Formats: sequence, structure tokens, C-alpha cells
Amino acid sequence: MGEFKVHRVRFFNYVPSGIRCVAYNNQSNRLAVSRTDGTVEIYNLSANYFQEKVGCEDGSVKLFQITPDKIQFERNFDRQKSRILSLSWHPAGTHIAAGSIDYISVFDVKSGSAIHKMLVDRQYMGVSKRKCIIWGVAFLSDGTVISVDSAGKVQFWDSATGTLVKNHLIANADVQSIAISDQEDSFVVGTAEGTVFHFQLVSVTSSSSEKQWVRTKPFQHHTHDVRAVAHSPIALISGGTDTHLVIRPLMEKVEVKNYDAALRKITFPHRRLVSCAKKKQLLLFQFAHHLELWRLGSTVATGKNGDTLPLSKNADHLLHLKTKGPENIICSCISPCGSWIAYSTASRFFLYRLNYEHDNINLQRVSKMPAFLRSALQILFSEDSTKLFVASNQGSVHVIRLLEGSFKHLHTFQPQSGTVESMCLLAVSPDGNWLAASGTSAGVHVYNVKQLKLHCTVPAYNFPVTALAIAPNTNNLVIAHSDQQVFEYSIPDKQYTQWSRTIQKQGFHHLWLQRDTPITHISFHPKRPMHILLHDAYMFCIIDKSLPLPNDKTLLYNPLPPTNESDIIRRRTAHAFKISKKYKPLLFMDLLDERTLVAVERPLDDIIAQLPPPIKKKKFGT
Amino acid sequence: MVEVESLRVVRCGGSELNFRRAVFSADSKYVFCVSGDFIKVYSTATEECVHILQGHRNLVTGIQLNPKNHLQLYSCSFDGMIKLWDYIDGILIKTFIVGCKLHALFTLACAEDSVFVIINKEKPDVFQLVSVKLPKSSSQEIEAKELSFVLDYINQSPKCIAFGNEGEYVAAVRDFYLSVYFFKKKTTSRFTLSSSRNKKHAKNNFTCVACHPKENCIATGHGDGKIRLWRNFDDEKKYTYTCLHWHHDLVMDLAFSVTGSSLLSGGRESVLVEWREAAEKNKEFLPRLGATIEHISVSPAGDLFCTSHSDNKMIIIHRNLEASAVIQGLVKDRNIFTGLMIDPRTKALVLNGKPGHLQFYSLQSDKQLYNLDITQQEYINDYGLIQIELTKAAFGCYGNWLATVEQRQEKETELELQMKLWTYNKKTQGFVLNTKVNMPHEDHITALCFCNAEKSENPTLVTTSKDGHFKVWILTDDSDIYKKAVGWTCDFVGSYHKYQATNCCFSEDGSLLAVSFEEIVTIWDSETWELKCTFCQRAGKIRHLCFGRLTCSKYLLGATENGILCCWNLLSCALEWSAKLNVRVMEPDPNSENIAAISQSSMGSDLFVFRPSEPRPLYIQKNISREEVQWGVFVPRDVPESFTSEAYQWLNRSQFYFLTKSQSLLTFSTQSPEEKLTPTSKQLLAEETLPTTPFYFILGKHRQQQQDDKLNEALKNELVQLPLTENIPAISELLHTPAHVLPSASFLCSMFVNSLLLSKETKSAEEIPDDVSMEEEKESVDSDEENNFTEKVQDTNNTDLGKDIIHQLSKSEEKELRKFRKVDYSWITAL
Repeated sequence: MGEFKVHRVRFFNYVPSGIRCVAYNNQSNRLAVSRTDGTVEIYNLSANYFQEKVGCEDGSVKLFQITPDKIQFERNFDRQKSRILSLSWHPAGTHIAAGSIDYISVFDVKSGSAIHKMLVDRQYMGVSKRKCIIWGVAFLSDGTVISVDSAGKVQFWDSATGTLVKNHLIANADVQSIAISDQEDSFVVGTAEGTVFHFQLVSVTSSSSEKQWVRTKPFQHHTHDVRAVAHSPIALISGGTDTHLVIRPLMEKVEVKNYDAALRKITFPHRRLVSCAKKKQLLLFQFAHHLELWRLGSTVATGKNGDTLPLSKNADHLLHLKTKGPENIICSCISPCGSWIAYSTASRFFLYRLNYEHDNINLQRVSKMPAFLRSALQILFSEDSTKLFVASNQGSVHVIRLLEGSFKHLHTFQPQSGTVESMCLLAVSPDGNWLAASGTSAGVHVYNVKQLKLHCTVPAYNFPVTALAIAPNTNNLVIAHSDQQVFEYSIPDKQYTQWSRTIQKQGFHHLWLQRDTPITHISFHPKRPMHILLHDAYMFCIIDKSLPLPNDKTLLYNPLPPTNESDIIRRRTAHAFKISKKYKPLLFMDLLDERTLVAVERPLDDIIAQLPPPIKKKKFGT
Repeated sequence: MVEVESLRVVRCGGSELNFRRAVFSADSKYVFCVSGDFIKVYSTATEECVHILQGHRNLVTGIQLNPKNHLQLYSCSFDGMIKLWDYIDGILIKTFIVGCKLHALFTLACAEDSVFVIINKEKPDVFQLVSVKLPKSSSQEIEAKELSFVLDYINQSPKCIAFGNEGEYVAAVRDFYLSVYFFKKKTTSRFTLSSSRNKKHAKNNFTCVACHPKENCIATGHGDGKIRLWRNFDDEKKYTYTCLHWHHDLVMDLAFSVTGSSLLSGGRESVLVEWREAAEKNKEFLPRLGATIEHISVSPAGDLFCTSHSDNKMIIIHRNLEASAVIQGLVKDRNIFTGLMIDPRTKALVLNGKPGHLQFYSLQSDKQLYNLDITQQEYINDYGLIQIELTKAAFGCYGNWLATVEQRQEKETELELQMKLWTYNKKTQGFVLNTKVNMPHEDHITALCFCNAEKSENPTLVTTSKDGHFKVWILTDDSDIYKKAVGWTCDFVGSYHKYQATNCCFSEDGSLLAVSFEEIVTIWDSETWELKCTFCQRAGKIRHLCFGRLTCSKYLLGATENGILCCWNLLSCALEWSAKLNVRVMEPDPNSENIAAISQSSMGSDLFVFRPSEPRPLYIQKNISREEVQWGVFVPRDVPESFTSEAYQWLNRSQFYFLTKSQSLLTFSTQSPEEKLTPTSKQLLAEETLPTTPFYFILGKHRQQQQDDKLNEALKNELVQLPLTENIPAISELLHTPAHVLPSASFLCSMFVNSLLLSKETKSAEEIPDDVSMEEEKESVDSDEENNFTEKVQDTNNTDLGKDIIHQLSKSEEKELRKFRKVDYSWITAL
């Protein structure tokens, strides 16, 4: 595996935003997640739950208060005294149920009048609480209205008569969200205690057709409020203040017991938030509304393998760059020489020039950005920092030449005719001749930067690309996909390399394919051309192409070989995948030079410590 | 009764009431429970045992009401029989012989003339649920051999089988899976808890199952305290379950209420939990039930619950979770340290009961009389806690004094020892603490005994200890200026060459005290506490020591650990005889010279009865129990038996009870079980139901005479002649007069109390009914007739005296004739 000096970076103070809303689309099998900072993330559930897109609309927290006035232009509904917190249409579109404070109203859409006002019991475990807020309502096609409220109740109402049919007290705290399955035979609710309850419509006896709603399984995957739930045909999806997105498959709906039937917990974004200036040993951290530039610490000490070396110079926080306006940052990049910083929001593109004078830094914004550089999905500097590549959200890739303090637009690679897919991943070869760009599904395009034309297109693959990189010297393009496949494509030969064909023929190790976070970064060792370095959130791997490939019988996660072990055994058990799980959760890892690695970790405990305190619960035996 | 057969070892009550779920009668008036070989019928209102249904030859393992006739009860037993009983009259109706060991019984309303039983055919741990077709036949004993398999490889406990939704399916649990068999579809679904291999879920094995009476819902209890509610289980893929979690330990039993609206659960927490609407947040508790809940049952009427507890107790609980009655049997879930004793006052068997308690158990009525809290400390039920143990107890001075020793040893060097002396208080009819001695000895107390001699004026107690001393404690005036308080103080401390004192025993007259010091027996004069002589046989440490009684009082018996039984003559101070016998229990009969010794061998326990005067045993019974016998006691009989056979004469004046290691209380009996049933209760029942017809008077008189004969026979042996309650007119008056015409209670009270007092002459007894009849002249005809009836009883009593027979009879006849006029003859016209 080789020995490295590793910078363990833990000062990336990144906290994902809490999930505010979750919506599931059955046709495309995609999931939209909105966070409290205003970002909307789209997940493709069929592509191994890969996060495809991030949109940052206006960057502000927007609480949609749907009052009857909003629909006034259609029909003037009866005015309600208090605000309405939840709405649900009858599937036939004839009625609307609206959850308010202390009561639920049912409106007739035609007449616009409230036909029922169903008062909710304020009592909470015998104590009268101040208000009972209806956090969610759901209207079923048989006329049943299901409400969830702040007193911990799930209640079933008959909308025809306006009466309470059944009451389930399920929590000591608020029940905040509800989602119904399309078949209306099960629904899911989320509580402020972090528990998700599943309700099912089951027949009372096997002979009769009478059915009743029964609370079945509780799931405790969250520590904080579950603000949003969704119900896909095979899974329950929940998200909340604790920033995790949890996808819990329903065992009875899963056809084959494969790895898809396992629980998914998505905590970190499936994209890069860190960029690195190797020569200057600088790290650029991207936050929602600002960027931070840090210089890595250094040490003069030496030690044995596994030693922690004392720092002779601490890491420096060099720069704190705030965005203008309320918009979120979509992407950012620092040039390898460390003298350029570029970032983009949803509507504007910014480029800065950095001048280092001893310890001072001089930041200078490059003005007069061209109009076409409005918003970028990905920004990349060439290895010699002379060129800037910007993937715009219209699908084109702009090439800009950087001069001292100014720039010049060289070329725009237009998208293939007929496709409007935007490019979201870029990779440039170290010699600066080749540029690879990839969208979400339609293959990887390789451009010749010298001749400014499309060189070739790597055949399209079923699963989206998660990481791209071009190897030095050989100009082999290494592509990682969301189904954990890794391809190596020779750009000069316009075909897959022999190694890639071999591994496709033999197949990857089953444990490798079962990892549930995508590979987010690929890099190469300058002196060892046979090595590919890649990582996901929970492991760091060096693929040594010279060693035999592992089969399903060999141990994939081999522990670091003990030093006293004989070389023969080590050689016999060695295989191409050398995996280290020492650093996790790993947000970024790259090679600074031949002997130095930088690893950016974000321990989950640090994130939890920054969240608001969860609801206190008495635990038995404590 | 004289034509004696063989002597049998029989279980004599004290058997588990909590072996199986109790069953309620349809009207909730009675509750049935299995108790050893019998079925007991208790009244739910009065806690009294109404009937004992006897007839099975082995442990009864299941009872169920006959679904087609709710006045009948099915029972099954290890003896391979299913019996059908009429529980109101306590009559066996039918016996179905199945042939193999039956472990549990289930009945179903829809299953036509068949019941379900659990059997095991081949392997010892593999049990099957089979349905048995009960053939229709008029004969008393019918062979029922038509078995059809329902489920295989099930748990033997009936708690692990439940029939649901009027017999549509049956659910069985074992280890980590639940199987459901559907009778209509004839299919079995099986649900395994997938996480059972996981370490974290290692305890989630199934412990019990219950089915919802109306819905397709199965409740299962688990080892980790969870309750799972299974639904949709007719689809092996779409099944689903909910968890209810309150218990922190094993769920022992589950039961649905009759309507299914609530679920009851119980476990080691001794709390009955009612889950309403099967919701986690909607639960009610009935806490502090005293001991682990083993079983829960629900009455068919839905108004009562019954919980069976590990301390051999049943609690009848009202629907609103209020305990209404407690039926307490012999507490058996602890080690017995005190041995078996007889309370001289109540003739109750006394032994360790609940932790830190002494229980008084009535052998006759097979129920616990009361509990005496000795340690008076709260018992904390937790594993690994070292509790205070009540180790020794002894009665002295005809039950006036009770000495108890309790100890607690946490470490080798930290011994906490306490001796308490309790005096009997006549006012409160109970024992009151008199003296508490902290650390009466430096080490464990090995024995204590009172001097029970009749002539001894001063109560004396001797304790022996491992610290090498024996101490004599006497009752003295306490340091009180009024000299009214009394207390116990140490009078003498004796030792012998620093040997551990192991046993002590007073001679019958109290003049001598024998104390054994390991291998040596020392004899002390109880007047002067002088060492008189020593015996040493060098045959191992003395385990038991006792003096002979009555004519054999010159002998001293000692049993050693090396299996030698020695008999010393106290007059010659020499060994009279010795025998090789590994004695475990040696008990002298207080009413005779006999001594019973139980020896232990690899084959089992053998009983030897002998007199100290001769080394030849009077009676030997081999193999009385397969297990080790731990304790034995002679219980004096109220009515002596008259066994003519020489071998059984030792049982004439006392009965011998013994307790085995598994805590079954056994005794010897020559009677067949049917004979043991007292017929009086039956007759009384029949009498009450007789209508007042002319035949009644003829029949009633005849029966009354019969009863009187028996009564007189009994009275001859009684020291105190107690009037029979049914003969006292005041009581019958009270009971038979309609409540709305009765005078006030204060008025009746003196009359009632007077009637209970013993009359010096028979004359005064005759006067009482006359007084009553004068006062109650205006009462109804019924009461008048009762007066007459009682008078007649007195008359017949007099007839035995043999005077004025004709005159007396004619007088009574006259009165009877007068009665005939008042009797309703309308029934004749109806003919």
C-alpha cells in the first residue's frame, strides 16, 4: 500500500442542513429533498440512491404558509380564524382537508364553503396543553381524513359526518409529518422524538372484508424531529432536523432479498465540498454561504508507522469569503497553484485572484465576467492553472484562459445536439491536453483542449458517473459509477484498457459492490503509474493494477499486514484492492505529493454536537 | 376401613395451584385449578374450596369447560385419561382413555366431539398437538384412540398454544418461531424472528402466545419483555407485527379479555399490565401482587381475571383491576431451612414461606392459614442479592413461644445473625416479638430446641452453634420496675473441648439435655447444667439426635454422617445397639415410642419405623420417593385410626408427612382416594335443596339420625363438646328468616352470642329454642318449622340416653302432625 504522511484535517466545520420536506415521484423513482438552507436535492432511487442534482433556488428559508387567500383567485373559501398548517386534497379533487390549530376543516371545492370543522382534543396524557397544532392531514379516497397533531395523536376522521373514528396516541411529543402510499393501504408518520411509525390497513379476520388501521412497526433511525416523510411503493423515507435522509425498505414489498433491501442512511452530500491547492498546501472548504481557505499545518518530527506526529506549525485559517446576496454556493474551486479561487451561485459566477505576500493575503475580484458565465455546476482549473473550465447548467463547457489578473474566453464546447443534459463532472489531464466532462447519464465526453474539439465519447452506461479523473502520462480516464463499477478508458486509443476489460470480465468483489456511498474522488500517484487512489465516505482505496484481482472468496478488507508476517504470506494474500477504513467519515482525500496525503474527516459526533438538543426521553434502567 | 390394603405414598395437598392456568365457570362463580392429581373448585366470592375432583392417577395437566355444556369440565392428566366432570356436584361423568401421557388440553366450541391434547410420541423433547375424537357412548369408561395430528414439534407448555377466532386457526410458538395452522385451508405458516442469531436480540425467544377472540391477531410474549401483535399472518409475505414493550424481563403469560378490547400481560415484575386497545400508550397496572405472575386467565363472562403466582397463590381480580380474593396454597418456591414443624395450637404445618416469612399451612383444608413476617424487611427481588434467610425455628411451651433464627452472610467473615423470640398473644391471636438477640453466637446456629417438659416451670431454650458453644436461654423478669415485662436471657454457656456443637435435644421429662459435639454426645443435667456423661462412637459426626419417648425414654438415639445409627442406654451409659443406616431424616412420634428414619441410597429413599428398645424395625417401606427426602414430621391425628395390622399400627395415633427435595409434600395412606372424600359436604348440599314435602320430613329425619350417630361418635373423643351450628336455633333463625322481617342486628347479637356459649346442662340448651319460639311467634311458617326441627334434634339426642322414648317420640310426632297441616299439599293436586 505504501507509507504516507497523512494530514488528518478535522477543522472542516461542515454541518448539513436539516431536512424540511421530502417528496417522492413514482414515475421517475426519484426523490426530492429540501433542506432548511433552501437547497433541493434530487435522488435517483433506482441508481443506488445516488444524489443527482443539487439546486439552490434562492437560498432563503421559505416557509410556505398556504392560507385560503392564496387560492382566492379560484374560489373564495370560508375564512378561517387561525392559520392553516397542512392541506390535503381528496384524490377525486372534490374536497380539501385543512389542518389548523385545534381543528381541521373540510372544504367543498365547488362551493368553497367549509362543510365540517372537526375539533381536536387538546388533552395530552390527561393534561390540557395550550394548543393542539395539526401538523399534517391526509385525505383518503373513501373520505377518511387522517390527522397528526402536536399532542402525539394520529386520528382518523370521517369527513362525511365530521366525527372522530379512531384515535392512536403514539408519542409523548409532536407528530409532525404523514405520508400515504399510493394504494392507500399504508401510511407513515414521523414524530418529534425521532421515531417513524408505520400504519397498515389489515383485514380484521381472514373471512370478512372488514379492514382496520393498525399501527405496526416503529423505526427509530433519527435522533431529532422527523420533519418530513415519504412513502414509496417499497420503502419509507424520512428526514428531519438531524440531517439524515433514511430510506427504510419494507421487507414485505421487497421481491428479492438483495442489498437493495438494506436500510440506507444518507448523511453527506454525494459531491465534493473541498478542493485542494497541492503546491501551496491549501484547502478550500465550501459552505452554503461562504468559503474558507486554510493552510495545512506542518511538522518537522519523524516517527514510525502509525505514530501521530506533533505539529510544529498549526493550520492557518487564511480566508473567510462570504457570498454576496442570499444565494447558496453551488460549486467552488481553487487552482492548483493556489492563486485563483472561483465559485458560482445559482445566478452568478465569481473569480478571485489571490496574492500572497509573506503572511498576508491579497484578494482581488476579477470583474466583468462574461454574461454566459452566469451559473456553473462545476468549475475546474487546469494543472498549470492557466486554464479554467466551467460546466454551465445549459450543458456547455466553457474554456477560459487565465492571465495575470484578467482572463480570456477561448472556446465553448456546445452540448451534443438534442441533449440538454448539463455537465456536472469535469476532469482534465495533467498535461492539459484532454478534458473529460460527464452529465448524469449520457456518457462521458472527451474533448481535445489543444484542438478545441470533441475527441470521443465513452459509451453510455446505465448508472450515473460519480467521479472522473485522467491519469498522468497514460491519459487513461478512470470513471466511477454509482453502482460502484470502475472503468478505465484509454483516451488516445479510444477504448477501454485491458485492465478494465479484465475486471469487467471477472467482476468486482461482492463486498465492493455492496458499499452504499459513491466514490467521490479519484487521484493518481505521480511515481506509481499502476496505482489508482479513490475514496468514498467510509473508506480509502488504492487499486494496484499490477496485483491479481480479488475473487469472492478472498478477503476484501484486509487489515494492514503486521510487520512480522513473512513476505510469502503477504504476497499470497495480496490483491489489487488495498483498503483503509482508518479515516471516516471521509469527505475528501488527495495526494499532496509523493509521500503526503490529506484527508478531510467530519466526525458524526461533531455534527450532532452542533444540532439543537433532542427531546429528552426517560430510558429504562438509567 | 379395617380391611386394610397396602400402604401407599400419596401427595397430600400442598401441590401447585399455579401449574396451569385457572379456569372460570361460565357464571364466574367458581374457579378451577389443577392441584397435583386433583382438580380444585374454589368459590370466587369466598375463596373456599367447594369441591376436590379426584380420580386421576397422576398429575392433572389441563382443564377446560365443556363448550357444549358449561356445567361440565374436561380434564386431562399424565395418566393418559380425559375425564368429564360435573363440577357442581363433584361427580365424575365419563372417562376417556387415550393411553399416552397428555400434557395439555384444549377445547373448541366448533370442534364437534373432539378435543385437542399435547402428547409426545417418540423423542422426549418433541411434542405434538393432536385432536382426539371422543366417541359417544353411554358407558363410563370409553377408549378414545382416534388421534389426528395437527402440529408437530411444539412446546409442551399450554401457554405456547392458542386457538384463535373461534377455532379458525391455531398458533404455536417455540424457541424463535411462530407457526400458525389454518384448519380450513390445512396450511401452516411459519414466522421466524430473523434477528434471533444476533447477539443483541439473543433473548427475543417466544415465551407465550394468545389469540384475539374476534380478530385475526396473535399476541406473543418474548424473553426480552416485548409483546408482539401479529396481523395479516394468513399471508406469509405480507404479515406484520407491532411491539408493545413495558416488561423488563420475560413475559410469563398473556391473555385477551373476552371482547378482545384489552390484553393482559404479566411477568417477574409481579405487576398485571392491561393494554387497552392494544396501544402502547394506553395501559393500566395492578402492581404489588407479591410474586411472579405465572398464568393469567379470564372468565368467560368477562368480569373476573385470575392470576397464578410463583408462590403458589391465585388472585381473583375484578375487571376494574381490583384484587378481590386470594387463594393461597403452600408456598414452595424457596429452600426449606426450618424443616417441618407442627404448631401445637392450630396443628398447622409450619415451614419457610415467602422470603423472610414463616407460613402456617393447614394440612386438612390444604390452604395457608397465615404468614408470620420474621425478618420484617422489604424483599427486593433481584438476581445476585444476598437475602436474609430464616434458618431455624422452634415452638415451645405448647405453642406459647416461638424461636426463630435468621442469618445473612455476604462474605466469609461477615455473618449477621439474629435470634428472635415470639410470644403468642391471645388477644390478637398471633405471635408478638418479645426478645431480639443480636449475634447470639459467634458462628452459625446449628440447632435450637425448647424444653417441652410438662413440669418445667420456666421456659428454657437451648441453641448450639458452630462456634463450639451451646447456650441456655431462660425467660426472666425484664428490668422493669413493675416486673411485668418478661424477656429471654442467656443462663448458661457450655462447651466441650472446642468442638463444634451440632445438635441438641431435651429428654421427654426435661431432666436431661443431650448436645452433640461433632462425634461426641454429651449429656447434661438440666437442673445444674453439669456434664453427666459422654458417648463417643467414632463413627463420624452426629447428624441427628433424639431421645426415646414414653417407655423408651431411657434411650438416646444418634445418627451419624457415616451411616451408623446408634442407640445408647442412659441408665447403663452403654451402647445398646447400632445399625448401619444412612439416615437423612429421623423424627420421633410425639404420641408413641416410634421413631421414623428415612435413609437415602442410590435407588431412592427408604422408610424405617422402629422403637429404640429393639433394633428390629416395626415397619419398612422401600423406595418411598425417588428423590432425596429432606424433612419429615409426625402430625398427631385428631381421630385415631384403628389399623389392626401390626405393620400399620405406627400410623394409628399420628400421621407421617415428609418433604422431598423438589418440595412435594407426601404422606402415607391406606385409603383409596375415593374414600378420602368426606361425604358430609355432599349431604349438606343435598339437604338444602330438598323441597318441604312430607317425604322430606321422613327422609330428613332419617338423615338427621344418621348424622347424629356419627356426631356422637366423634364427640366421645372430643374433649370439648362443641354444638353443631346447624343445631342451634338462633343461627338457623338468623339464616332462614327473610332479611326484611328480621329485628335489628343489635337485638339479635346477644341471642346469637349466647347460643354459641357452651351450656353446662343439656336442659339449658333445650330452653333456648323455647325462648326463641316464644319471641318469634309471629314469624313465618318456615321459621316455626325450623324451631321444631331443632327441638327434635335435642329429642333424638335424648333418645340415646334411653329414657321416655315412647313419650318423647309421641310428642315430637304430635308436633310433626301439626306441621303437616301447614305444609303445602298443592303438589298432590298437580299429580
